[in-house]
Amino acid sequence: MARVVVELAACRRDYGGVRAVAGLDLTVHEGELLSLLGPSGCGKTTTLNLIAGFVPPTSGRVLIDGLDVTGRPAHQRGLGVVFQSYALFPHLSVFENVAFGLRERRAPQGEIDRRVRAALALVRLDTRAEHRPAQLSGGMQQRVALARALVYAPRVLLLDEPLAALDKKLREEMRTELREIQRSVGITTIFVTHDQGEALGLSDRIAVMHAGRIEQLGTPREIYERPATRFVADFIGASTVLRGRAAGADRLALPGGGMLRIETGAAFQAGEEIELAIRPERIRLAAEAEENVVEGRITGVVYQGVQTEVTAEITGGQRLLVFVAEPAPVALVPGQALRLHLPADAFMRLHAAGPEAGR
Amino acid sequence: MLRLAVVVLIAFMTLPTVVVIAVSFNPTAILSFPPSGLSLRWYVNVVTYPQFQRAAWNSLLVTAGAVALAMPIGIAAALALARGRIRGREVWATLLLSPLVVPGVAAGLGFLILGAALGLLRSRSVLVAAHVALVLPFVVRSVWVSVRNLDPTLERAAASLGATPWRTFWRVTLPLLRPGLLAALLFAVIVSLNEFVVSLFISTRLTEILPVAMFSYVVNYTDPSIAALSTLFILGTFVIVWLADRFLDLGGVFLHHR
Repeated sequence: MARVVVELAACRRDYGGVRAVAGLDLTVHEGELLSLLGPSGCGKTTTLNLIAGFVPPTSGRVLIDGLDVTGRPAHQRGLGVVFQSYALFPHLSVFENVAFGLRERRAPQGEIDRRVRAALALVRLDTRAEHRPAQLSGGMQQRVALARALVYAPRVLLLDEPLAALDKKLREEMRTELREIQRSVGITTIFVTHDQGEALGLSDRIAVMHAGRIEQLGTPREIYERPATRFVADFIGASTVLRGRAAGADRLALPGGGMLRIETGAAFQAGEEIELAIRPERIRLAAEAEENVVEGRITGVVYQGVQTEVTAEITGGQRLLVFVAEPAPVALVPGQALRLHLPADAFMRLHAAGPEAGR
Repeated sequence: MLRLAVVVLIAFMTLPTVVVIAVSFNPTAILSFPPSGLSLRWYVNVVTYPQFQRAAWNSLLVTAGAVALAMPIGIAAALALARGRIRGREVWATLLLSPLVVPGVAAGLGFLILGAALGLLRSRSVLVAAHVALVLPFVVRSVWVSVRNLDPTLERAAASLGATPWRTFWRVTLPLLRPGLLAALLFAVIVSLNEFVVSLFISTRLTEILPVAMFSYVVNYTDPSIAALSTLFILGTFVIVWLADRFLDLGGVFLHHR
């Protein structure tokens, strides 16, 4: 495993009586891009602020390269930060904004010139050095902010919802660009976002946060395909929860009849009440399948062009969300009867709280 | 109808000024209106009158001293009010943001008694101290408004880039507060230069500032000199405000509101 660059050890942060971050353990490795993903108020920005040194932890320690920096203020940590609002200095030119960190480090003028030019070239803004930030578009301002945070080669880059203020198309372009720059510089990066698409597309690993804790930590694929908790399954992608009773180590009896074979890697206790989640894109309209087929009837449709989101009520009264690729083989209208195939390996066993919370 | 009302109102508001300016050019030694001719003799009298020369110098020193002290104090107070975690912030805000609610006479008497107790009445220092107290609310309010409009993320950004709090203050906070600081400076200069009531109590013949000297002159003489000096005063104030609004970005604090 690559070496650890950032480590949070039992970090807690209270604001007044409110616990924003509750005993967080997290390690970030050399060169990786780790996302802190969660809804607003989950503690992801507070976690970033703890690492940046903008707020001290109520208890716990922050380590960078193994060195305890808990008591060090932000200006002595030497990290690069990009803010959601860009936070460019309006009274300084683009050049001086980018040069700011180098001037604080008392770099010689020749080196400042060279490195600022290089940083601006990296974000394709070398022709805008003499502009004021207000003369640039939102996307350009964001790139200046990135250049400003990278120019002095910080140990860690912290990104606080850097794309949230951009419109959709620009956001997608910037996402790609951000990833390319991060890879080419090879800098260890922590990325705070509430956008699951951004996190899935950008990250080496994702820490899904909820109520000041990490619910699950893993690669985007692990998080999406094997959500550890109900919260993660709900927050990332769409899913439906099916309830039933175990009728064997890999058998689930649905209320109202019907038996499903389940492969989740763990055996059930016979008679146990089970909750399983299934992604709507994994469910198929059954043509020939002989096992794991349930009968249903359409209760709602939302046409989305590339696919139609169908809600179906199955025998026993439970509802399933199904994404049917367009063009669909049958008429998708309310009342239409459907045979649905639920592949055995598409089910996800959920836990109430995260067993992987922490490391 | 409405237009007429506005014209009348403007006339009513500017008439005293117009009368003073007109009288200042009167060739005769009487404060009569309308003037009987056109002459600059009272202007010559004003600028060559030794007591006015001395008072102008005093005004300059007192205002410069008061502003030099009130600006840093006011900036610190405004930052503390807007940012700091202070016990009884409301009380401090009320004290620092509203001009003295005490009548000038009472304040003047207070400074007189204090000045006498400290043996400072012969020096300009008591005037400077009084002026600091009088201009401080204007300084604090102007700066405070600017501080509240300042995005604290900018200071965090500076810190993340390696700037110490002190460097952040000089490189980011202060430059961004510039409009508020200039407005504060102007307010302070104008309020201090025009201060009369409190200064009257604590001035001597040697330390008195221009408004006090003008009052003394009016008590003893009734020629248009005082109108000439007033005209110069009005002109000076107007030029300062006009230049400030023209060349400094004050966000329309003085002449026009956006």
